[in-house]
Amino acid sequence: MMFKTKRDDEEEEQHQGQESDNEEGGNTDREIEMEGPEAEDAEMEEETVWSIQELSCSKICSGSEDRVSRSFKVAVVGSGPGGFYTAHRILKQVPQSSIDMYEALPVPHGLVRFGVAPDHPEVKNVINTFDEVAENPNFRFIGNTSVGTFVTPGSKKADLEVADLAQHYDAILLAYGAHEDRVLGVPNEKSLRGVMAARSFVGFYNGLPSEQDLDVDLSKTDTAVVIGQGNVALDVARILLTPLEDLKKTDLTEKMIKILEKSTVKHVHVIGRRGPLEVAFTSKELREMLQLPGTTFHMDRNLLASEMERAGKSLDRPRKRLMGLLEKGIKESKPNQPKSWSLQFLRSPLEFSGDGKDGTLKAIKLGINRLEGEDNNRRAAATGAKEELECGLAFRSIGYKSVGIQGVPFDSRKGIVPNVDGKVIDENSNIVPGLYASGWLKRGPIGVIASTMADAYQTADTIISDWTRGEPMLDSLSSGGAPVLDILRSKGHKVVSYQDWKKIEQKEFEMGTRLGKPREKFVSVDEMLKAID
Amino acid sequence: MPRPAPGQGIKVNFITREGETVTVEANEGESLLDVARANDLDVEGACEASLACSTCHLILDDDSFSKLEEPSDEENDMLDLAFGLSDTSRLGCQVLMTKELAGLTAKIPSATRNMYVDGAKPKHH
Repeated sequence: MMFKTKRDDEEEEQHQGQESDNEEGGNTDREIEMEGPEAEDAEMEEETVWSIQELSCSKICSGSEDRVSRSFKVAVVGSGPGGFYTAHRILKQVPQSSIDMYEALPVPHGLVRFGVAPDHPEVKNVINTFDEVAENPNFRFIGNTSVGTFVTPGSKKADLEVADLAQHYDAILLAYGAHEDRVLGVPNEKSLRGVMAARSFVGFYNGLPSEQDLDVDLSKTDTAVVIGQGNVALDVARILLTPLEDLKKTDLTEKMIKILEKSTVKHVHVIGRRGPLEVAFTSKELREMLQLPGTTFHMDRNLLASEMERAGKSLDRPRKRLMGLLEKGIKESKPNQPKSWSLQFLRSPLEFSGDGKDGTLKAIKLGINRLEGEDNNRRAAATGAKEELECGLAFRSIGYKSVGIQGVPFDSRKGIVPNVDGKVIDENSNIVPGLYASGWLKRGPIGVIASTMADAYQTADTIISDWTRGEPMLDSLSSGGAPVLDILRSKGHKVVSYQDWKKIEQKEFEMGTRLGKPREKFVSVDEMLKAID
Repeated sequence: MPRPAPGQGIKVNFITREGETVTVEANEGESLLDVARANDLDVEGACEASLACSTCHLILDDDSFSKLEEPSDEENDMLDLAFGLSDTSRLGCQVLMTKELAGLTAKIPSATRNMYVDGAKPKHH
């Protein structure tokens, strides 16, 4: 994925115009259309825990005269771009700030490491800024240390809860991202071999430890389907169709390279429930798909023409360029190449069907839609017509979603921590002193590096404003995270520092050099921890 | 790159997010991003001029914009993702200074507004 982008949410296909809306009016709530079983799930998850409010209320000092002289202690939960860019801004603007960044894994950088596509190394240049932040003497990375048990039943207990941190910091920034993906809620989605979340697949090939047991076999079929038309969907399609010799030069894991060596996948269909004007992918990613060697591109030329005619002059520049690129792609596509990919529109999966013998995906039943509603808010409505598409692999790519953690307000419908410009609020829109959010947890799983950075800076400005104006925060009189670390160590917990991470990274670079690639990632927490010693 | 001696460089005006005009001097061949950074102006360059982000987005004056060659497809792809895209938008990392561009004015667009800091606040309990 991304940084680059993850505007990958078919549920939230965005027009660029909406980005400008955000700019004009602060946080614009995006409408998330929920359908069928998904909506029911959300209802059930609606029970939310708000206990941080009570916790923090007892700790507020109304005055803050001492803030001028003492250090400003901030805990950041999560080490992706949302966390790092917020930390960057706070350290720059508040010289007496001191930041502890907690990360559940031994390795930092979140989706820059585990989401950004291996063949987009230039996007990973953002890490240089993160390294600069980490070199600040007032910054401490606390890796291998999870904060906040997920509210999902059966979740593993975290090393620390938000309440454990509250007594040691002035502010806690939540930036732990989006851990789950949206499901379609159709029969056999979870039971058949060959059907998986794009999020899991992306995590698998990027070396995310929790996804390394994913059952990935690309050698049983020549056809894969990706459901969803965002940039994650195109990342998956591109990884499946890019010549292996090109991918071998990237930091794609050797484990994935071995799987791709046996791949028989030749055709990839990328399916969306609405039309070409509603796609969520962006032009860079589309251009890459159209430049794949030996690959024919298919799409309904008449649908594109009629949709463009209907939209007429109302298209903004980004959308106009994107549609122009599709037109050019259709026109210049070379027929009868060994591989192919297609964009298919107005199709909603109704059911996955499998082979009775071994429970492997054989086909997807698709419902055919038509578009209804206003120009800028068109909905897919079922026509009642159906068709079947044979395939042996299907990747669900209709968006990521965040999960709530213990003791923190969470809006399960939107899949975010409710907030005003990064300031966390509870269900009655009361502010929760000292608690902030940034990244995808703050505004949902969309946006490129520029929007994530701008958004993180907005949260940083909110935090800095509260600090300098003497607004109530957690106002801990403790000296910061040292006591927390002492407790963890006394329990035998292994804390990973940024210097430790640099040792891990050095070994990854060395392994990469031997393999002729930029780095070879460790794919298990044990290997990462061993690399430090 | 060493800074040009006062009066020896190519004059460039930046309009900051706060609306202030700052005039600085550029070396020939230097990108607008590098000029901004060398003068501590608040222009990011997250992807380090590799055409993978739009964080160095600048809005140029019409005259200077028209003197430049058309942006590449790759630059336009990134501009399409910029906040506040305008007809004279460019990525600062892709505009290299020449004598012909002396007097160029580049506005640093504001990325987001902060309603919490600037405007009405949520109520306090």
